[in-house]
Amino acid sequence: MNGPPPLTPAARRILAKDRATLARVISAVENRDPAIVPTLRALFPRAGPARIIGITGPLGVGKSSVINALLAHLRGLGRSVGIIAVDPSSPFTGGSVLGDRIRLERRPGDPGVFIRSMASRGHAGGVAAATLEVTRLLAAFGMDIVLVETVGSGQVDVAIREIASTSVVVLVPHLGDEVQTLKAGLFEIADVFCVNKADLPGADLAAKDLRELVSLAASREGWRPRIVTASAREGRGIGELWAAIEAHEGYLDAGEARALAERRRISAELLGLVTERVEREVAEALASDPAVGQLLDRIVRREIDPHTAAAELAPPARRRSRRR
Amino acid sequence: MPAPVREAPIRVLIAKPGLDGHDRGAKVVARALRDAGMEVIYAGLRQTPEEIVEAAIEEDVDLIGLSILSGAHMALFPKVMTLLKRRRATDIPVFAGGIIPDEDAARLRRLGLKAVFGPGTSLEQIVTTARGIARRRA
Ligand code: B12
Ligand SMILES: Nc1nc2c(ncn2[C@@H]2O[C@H](COP(=O)(O)OP(=O)(O)OP(=O)(O)O)[C@@H](O)[C@H]2O)c(=O)[nH]1
Ligand SMILES: [Mg+2]
Repeated sequence: MNGPPPLTPAARRILAKDRATLARVISAVENRDPAIVPTLRALFPRAGPARIIGITGPLGVGKSSVINALLAHLRGLGRSVGIIAVDPSSPFTGGSVLGDRIRLERRPGDPGVFIRSMASRGHAGGVAAATLEVTRLLAAFGMDIVLVETVGSGQVDVAIREIASTSVVVLVPHLGDEVQTLKAGLFEIADVFCVNKADLPGADLAAKDLRELVSLAASREGWRPRIVTASAREGRGIGELWAAIEAHEGYLDAGEARALAERRRISAELLGLVTERVEREVAEALASDPAVGQLLDRIVRREIDPHTAAAELAPPARRRSRRR
Repeated sequence: MPAPVREAPIRVLIAKPGLDGHDRGAKVVARALRDAGMEVIYAGLRQTPEEIVEAAIEEDVDLIGLSILSGAHMALFPKVMTLLKRRRATDIPVFAGGIIPDEDAARLRRLGLKAVFGPGTSLEQIVTTARGIARRRA
């Protein structure tokens, strides 16, 4: 490689902070428009790994409100902030109501903020397929920090770990049994716990319970999750929450942890991209293979089982895709 | 798992400009558009025209829907249209609903609003209109 790939017009406009272009390129990524790939290629080496902070947790615990409070705090510190808020798509109609913006204080004219709502479009794990790529676009646009709100759900959505450098799990007092059901995955994803709605009774007790659970769990690669109580409504505890997030970011920078996490993240992304290509190629190859039709007939007649048929088909398919 | 490649959904911003607190109609319309397969960004109450236009650009919507029942439509809708012009975003169509007298509706259409609906409009008609006027992607 000699030097970074050439800038496309869209890439140039994004680097020049054109908001409308950024918005349209995000849509193209969401719509898997292949024409956008040269722009993504051009921007990739021009944006360092930004701080990507995941905000996850059950439905209605105050994820958007916490993000709103963090946004005010970070703008006060002079940091620019990109926000991606993911909500579920209906599996039946594909439609979605994206409502997280309601909680976000609007600041039109502030060049240091860019907010984008995103529907999950059938992707599992609490984020959309396009979320990782869009965090990179926001970094290239010059945002210091990107906050990603996941879909609020009953179970623990681990996909955010493949995107965020720090993951915050938001909980509320009196989750009780819910914490029990969340427990399994919780400690694998939480770098920081935020007990929100601390203006309601029971927050200290919840924090104490969590502290016990955390002390029982094995530390993950030398980091023990921090626990912060906060009230997004009253703006309390938000400075402490940011300090806990920064502490984790500092831990990542102190040793090999950031590089390791980045590697793990990119290996998952690469696997996904390669799988997608191979799957497409194999599907095309099989569709044009007359032997497949005959095999299908034989399976229907119970002359051969699907496993044996797959073994018969797989090696030639692999050879074919490698020849390209 | 690669998602099946299908047509991009229509993205719509539904917003209530001004201090009007009547949000039932906006919510009903948002849900109807969602059930028709659209991605609806519901921005909520008490939005300034500046906020609405900024959100429409950030969210790259194909359609803006405004709802007012308070009577302030002639003060607020033209501002939205002017700001869209200033931001060179007039390719985003706008439609609206609420308590809007016929003569005002006619004037608003002359300002560029694609459609204006009053109480009792069927959701089917709103969905069909939305599909008909939403910006098409290249
Ligand atoms: C319910 C209601 C309330 C509820 C609102 C609850 C809520 N959260 O929405 C409450 C009791 C809180 C209320 C309060 C008030 N109200 Co009131 N209210 C009504 C009432 C009876 C029905 C409105 C309604 O919800 N309709 C059901 C929905 C589904 O219909 P819709 O909103 O019209 O929506 C349809 C269409 O208009 C269209 N549409 C609407 N929005 C959009 C958007 C898009 C993009 C599209 C395509 C279509 C579309 O599609 C929908 C489906 O057909 C109306 C009278 C009426 N008949 O309209 C008065 C009415 C709107 N209220 C009125 C008034 C004056 C008030 C108050 C000021 C009263 C007071 N003095 O305190 C307060 C102000 C509240 C505030 N903060 O703004 C007046 C407004 C007068 C005016 N515009 O000149 C009305 C018209 C009553 C009257 N005849 O005087 N109200
Ligand atoms: N008492 C109290 N209520 C809060 C606080 N933070 C948020 N809420 C309320 O909790 C409700 C949900 O807040 P959101 O911020 O929308 O929660 P969310 O987790 O983003 O919700 P989803 O995205 O739907 O999962 C709203 O009614 C908020 O006003 C808080 O600190 N204290
Ligand atoms: Mg939310």
